[in-house]
Amino acid sequence: MSNFTAEDKAAITGLWAKVNVEDAGGETLGRLLVVYPWTQRFFDSFGSLSSPSAIMGNPKVKAHGVKVLTSLGEAIKNLDDLKGTFGQLSELHCDKLHVDPENFRLLGNVLVTVLAVLHGKEFTPEVQASWQKMVAGVASALGSRYH
Amino acid sequence: MVHFTAEEKAAITSLWGKMNVEEAGGEALGRLLVVYPWTQRFFDNFGNLSSPSAILGNPKVKAHGKKVLTSFGDAIKNMDNLKTTFAKLSELHCDKLHVDPENFRLLGNVMVIILATHFGKEFTPEVQAAWQKLVSAVAIALGHKYH
Repeated sequence: MSNFTAEDKAAITGLWAKVNVEDAGGETLGRLLVVYPWTQRFFDSFGSLSSPSAIMGNPKVKAHGVKVLTSLGEAIKNLDDLKGTFGQLSELHCDKLHVDPENFRLLGNVLVTVLAVLHGKEFTPEVQASWQKMVAGVASALGSRYH
Repeated sequence: MVHFTAEEKAAITSLWGKMNVEEAGGEALGRLLVVYPWTQRFFDNFGNLSSPSAILGNPKVKAHGKKVLTSFGDAIKNMDNLKTTFAKLSELHCDKLHVDPENFRLLGNVMVIILATHFGKEFTPEVQAAWQKLVSAVAIALGHKYH
């Protein structure tokens, strides 16, 4: 389990408070599908993913992105128990959704990029380090029930 | 071999044209050392790396970062021939420097983040996709001569 310092937690929660989950959710999932196109395989039922603009404008992508980031918001309230927080989602992604855990790391990297785009210089190296630790912890927790 | 479309090349070169390689180099290497602290092991003789501000202000980090990014600039002029461009550096990093190729992927990710912080919304999903492809291809080219 990753150990978050007080500074890590402050950096994470401080930035998160400024994030509009509605906008950032669609942006994050959209970018995953654009930047790593093979991830589109998990979203066959989402309609048009035929181009970057189709993806970024797709309402199902936006809605699902919000769902994913809302879940991440829950994790941020439980940084000391990510495995507990994500236990059921881990089982779901393994047993029902059949998602390779590598994709959690890719999504984490995309989220860090979106935060960088939105916050510019405020996304300092130290803040980045805390967030990188956060997304690594989430990816690990989501993979923890895989078998 | 990785093939870059005309759009991808344009996205990459236009952003690169606006970069200050001197500053970006120091920032890239500095962020690598802050965000992924185990990478400091390769820079024992760089002096003070004891805190984020020490790292980011360290003149050896800045100088070496500039060297790394200048080499990246060469890659951008030779996007269709990355393996040849990086052949000697690949041998150097394997035989002399003993750097695990995973670190090339980490540095690539750091570069994407820096571009995101500098360019904000201009770092669109499509631009991000082009750059992610480039940094992956560079990482592969640098690992190519490993044995």
